[in-house]
Amino acid sequence: MDILTAIAVMALGALLLGAALGYAAIRFKVEGNPVTDKINAILPQTQCGQCGFPGCKPYAEAIASGAAEINLCTPGGDEGARKLAELLGRDYVPLACEVETEKKRVVAVIVEDRCIGCTLCIQACPVDAIVGAARQMHTVVESLCTGCELCLKPCPVECIDLRALPETPETWRWPEIRRPGIEDRRQCVEEMAAC
Amino acid sequence: MLRTLFPFPGGVKPEPHKEASAKAPIASAPLPERLVLPLRQSAGVAPLPVVRVGDRVKKGQVIAAAEQWVSASLHAPTSGKVADIGHYPLAHPSGLAAPAIVIEADGRDEWRERQPLDWQKLAPQAVRQYLQQSGVVGLGGAVFPSHVKLDANAQIEELIINGAECEPYITCDDRLMRECAAEIVSGAALLRDLTGARQTLFAIENNKPEAIRALRGAISEQHEDFIVITLPTRYPAGSLRQLVYALTGKHAPFNVLPTALGVQCFNVATVQSVWRAVAHGEPVVRRVVTVSGNVRAPKNWEAPIGMSMDALLQLSEPLSDTDGLIVGGPMMGLSLPLTDAPITKGSNCLIARSPRLFPPRPPESPCIRCTACAQACPQGLQPFELYWWSRARDFAKAADYALAECVECGCCAYVCPASIPLVHYFRFAKGELAAAAREQKMADSARSRFEFRQFRAEREKAEKAEKLAKAAAAQAAKQAETATTPLATTQDATMKSDPDHA
Repeated sequence: MDILTAIAVMALGALLLGAALGYAAIRFKVEGNPVTDKINAILPQTQCGQCGFPGCKPYAEAIASGAAEINLCTPGGDEGARKLAELLGRDYVPLACEVETEKKRVVAVIVEDRCIGCTLCIQACPVDAIVGAARQMHTVVESLCTGCELCLKPCPVECIDLRALPETPETWRWPEIRRPGIEDRRQCVEEMAAC
Repeated sequence: MLRTLFPFPGGVKPEPHKEASAKAPIASAPLPERLVLPLRQSAGVAPLPVVRVGDRVKKGQVIAAAEQWVSASLHAPTSGKVADIGHYPLAHPSGLAAPAIVIEADGRDEWRERQPLDWQKLAPQAVRQYLQQSGVVGLGGAVFPSHVKLDANAQIEELIINGAECEPYITCDDRLMRECAAEIVSGAALLRDLTGARQTLFAIENNKPEAIRALRGAISEQHEDFIVITLPTRYPAGSLRQLVYALTGKHAPFNVLPTALGVQCFNVATVQSVWRAVAHGEPVVRRVVTVSGNVRAPKNWEAPIGMSMDALLQLSEPLSDTDGLIVGGPMMGLSLPLTDAPITKGSNCLIARSPRLFPPRPPESPCIRCTACAQACPQGLQPFELYWWSRARDFAKAADYALAECVECGCCAYVCPASIPLVHYFRFAKGELAAAAREQKMADSARSRFEFRQFRAEREKAEKAEKLAKAAAAQAAKQAETATTPLATTQDATMKSDPDHA
């Protein structure tokens, strides 16, 4: 009898807890993987595909599922890799050697004399930074361009150039004070670790 | 009247060096032949040029108009011809060039029509717009557009007129208060009416007795109830947040404007320029600049905006061993090589540098954790902590230690026995943080555009599929019809499936 009561109590308890858990799973369901969004927030959103994935979100998903390393993003650079390492609790990995070293911010510029208005670059631009219409001249909105280079290849007349943005007094930053020895040594160690 | 002051923490007492330039009255600088006017002369958005190369302009005519609220118009400082619109070097630590309008003076110095504003009959908003169009900005150095600060809804308790002038060498506000006290008091009355402030306080350091006397005289002459408060001489008493705290006991954190605390503060030169604009219809085309340091005749010059700094320096006869220029005061100013960059609305002082007056800083040695910097910091920060985090490039940590609260007054670097250029480290860290914030903002906007683009592609695909399905259904119906009426031509049945006009 005692045994039966014990079993009944435990079974009832299990049922109640199971029901509560089942309800919670439906009620508090999280859509998508929250880690992916956090990773995606760190990625620079150039959507350039240099990591080998078709955009920042797919790369974020690949990192979250463990399919990709955290050091494939060139535009994000060393800083980005460090942030990812911190977020995920993984070890910092220097930028992969096949990834080109960090570049200055560039924007695409359409040479307007040569543009034939084919709209191919508009279709290629992942961030809607190019405006224009069929057989009308196109132009790149400088402040929206991420410099991902995806518009270069589709252009049949090669009228898109990449230009580095000139520094202005507004974007200028105070330089770091370099003390010979300390920073140089640090950089050297990092470079050796990288390649 | 007795009034309790709230002493702010820290601060330093550097040698004032003010006597030399404070003795002589303000002199008018001769008109140069060429004036270079950088478009960006105020905080916020630069105004846009409204003249073309070759246009003739009169003195006081608008040459660049403010298009946004946090912006102020720019005016021709003399009559002449627009010679060029292009990039010209600025008095900026980067040495970079910025867009500027160049005016060749015709020597006649002919004003455009000037009319006083009947401000008492106008709505406060109209007066604010008028001040914006007159290019009135904070002449104390921060060049914040004044009309933005005159928000009528702000419930201002105290209006502070800042004549503290705490930095060594600078005496332009001192001389202005002595010579134009009446205009400053009239301007303060106008600002009091615009802000609805209950109390108007003039704050002046006690090393300027003549200025205090002149202002008190002008106040009693105009029967105003303004109070002149004598501050003990201690740098940085004239810094906005320190001054507001000293006078009212209200502490404004870095992300809160004193306006939110019911305090509004204007520099004396700004107040005078407000009065000149309203009572005489004169926009800001000149300002008083102290020229001091390694010169034979230290003096305050009333110089047109756009005059070359070098030309102005020559007027005070620099000594032969002059090897550079400090723009602003020695504590917060910029140390530049001799430059012909133009005077702007924010240039309050030029100091000729020489190895004798400003010996080179000894090389930086390691921090010994003496905490002298923390005791000197008027913002109550721990500069040595900020320094370590900035040096280690751990900017997030520096931000945690309230880097944003740093006003770059230079007290910490002034007292540092290891002669560490602390402010430079903080500026570097602030620049990196600001750049990271800019990049984050760009990335966020790129992400939302990218996501919307994907959503749009999906939507278009769905719409296309729907259209195709509809067309197919229509075709099927038509075919069914032709099957029943065999006489109909087959052409009717062909449907244009999809006009591909993506």
